Amino acid sequence: MLWIVGAFLVFLLWRSGFFTAEAWSDFNRRFYQNFVKDDRYMMLVDGLKSTLFMTAGATVIGVIVGLILSVIRVAYKGGVHIPVLNKFAETYITVLRGTPAMVQLLIWNFTIFASARDLNTQYIAILAFGLNSGAYVAEIFRGGIESIDAGQMEAARSLGLTYGSSMRHVILPQALRNVVPMLFNEFIALLKETSIAGYIGIDDLTRAGQNIQALTLEHSQPLVMVAIIYLIMVMVLSKLVKKLEQWLSRGRR
Amino acid sequence: MAVIEVKDLRKTFVRPDGTELHVLNGINTKIVKGEKIAVIGPSGSGKSTFLRCLNRMEEPTSGTITFNGEDITSPSCNINLVRRKMCMVFQHFHLFPHLTVRKNLTLAPVDQKLMTQEEADVKAHELLARVGLADKIDEWPDRLSGGQKQRVAIARAMAMSPDVLLFDEPTSALDPEMIGEVLDVMQELADAGMTMYLVTHEMGFAYKIAHRVLFIDKGIISEEGTPDEVFNHPKQPRTIEFLSKVLRR
Repeated sequence: MLWIVGAFLVFLLWRSGFFTAEAWSDFNRRFYQNFVKDDRYMMLVDGLKSTLFMTAGATVIGVIVGLILSVIRVAYKGGVHIPVLNKFAETYITVLRGTPAMVQLLIWNFTIFASARDLNTQYIAILAFGLNSGAYVAEIFRGGIESIDAGQMEAARSLGLTYGSSMRHVILPQALRNVVPMLFNEFIALLKETSIAGYIGIDDLTRAGQNIQALTLEHSQPLVMVAIIYLIMVMVLSKLVKKLEQWLSRGRR
Repeated sequence: MAVIEVKDLRKTFVRPDGTELHVLNGINTKIVKGEKIAVIGPSGSGKSTFLRCLNRMEEPTSGTITFNGEDITSPSCNINLVRRKMCMVFQHFHLFPHLTVRKNLTLAPVDQKLMTQEEADVKAHELLARVGLADKIDEWPDRLSGGQKQRVAIARAMAMSPDVLLFDEPTSALDPEMIGEVLDVMQELADAGMTMYLVTHEMGFAYKIAHRVLFIDKGIISEEGTPDEVFNHPKQPRTIEFLSKVLRR
């Protein structure tokens, strides 16, 4: 794993001119231009803040929306029939998974919130990414809930627990444990997906790299730096999810 | 007074292709306080479905079930309140694997505000001691043997202080050497006066603890009586055939 990543980094460094002999001495000058002069690294730091803020916000919305949608759909099958809600959930998932996130983002910004120009665009992006993610999270949760043995619900109900209590105390905790890896993959995807936020004028990490490009007319270093930052974040998150999985599986054989 | 009274209970399953499967075809029976009733019969005869209709794990198609004088098949009945007093023990235990043994026992009474967590903990400790598993109170279910799991499941049902316990083939999923420890626990409950319905293939145990035995075949009670009547002097040809097959071993 580390070897492959290392090789990839070497490749990127080579592409950005790190290993060409004549450019080697040039590297420090360009690095200075791109990141040090006028504190330009702060553009990346601010962009990173924006990316993390959007990812965190969208994650919260995505989990809440996904949980509600999945419970609606599972409850419908499990005998709690509210056809309007179920139809809504089905349509929601179909539409939001059936159109590109980027198009949704543009529609939220230029159509739905077109007249709300004093609203911080980051909040629009959080809403767009969060609602989009919710549709995927809903399917992840639904799979997790349906993977729980039907006997668990029966046992809970046989002790007098209501459907809601059984869901909350018996089914969802087990389902959650099963879907943690998939959920984290979704969040990692979300982290990367926010890189299209630049299209509605948000200076996220990706856009910050482009902004530096525009200032220095330098085409490699800023974007490679951006890529490395994304990669480090993803690798750290992946490590965390491994730890979390181990912690969740305590008490299991 | 009868604790549970069942009148003309029928259950029909509709298969996906639209054909109907008549599982219960008019069951009439009742159980009085402290009585132990064993339900026996061939596979697919409807004995488990009968038991599952009693606490409406399965919805009866028609007929009435009266529990402590209340018609629990009526739409106005809150089945959750009924199930507090009529708990079930399953063939495959269905312990909650994400909760410790203690939490398995205390979840239902605490969630339904019948006890505080402290009261439920005390009761859990008592019950586990009664089934011989006091030292397992903070253990995870997956670390228990099959027999231990079923004893915890019985304690979990007892934590609700039910009026009736429904046992759905409680020893059928166990290794032979673990059946004894579960039967001992059930024997102890029976001796303490618990009202019990027991669907089982353990004929020897049924003979020992039951006041009455119901033989269910093709969705009706085709023969019933004391264990001596049903096991030693069966009258129906189907009962005779069934018993000759299961008792030959």
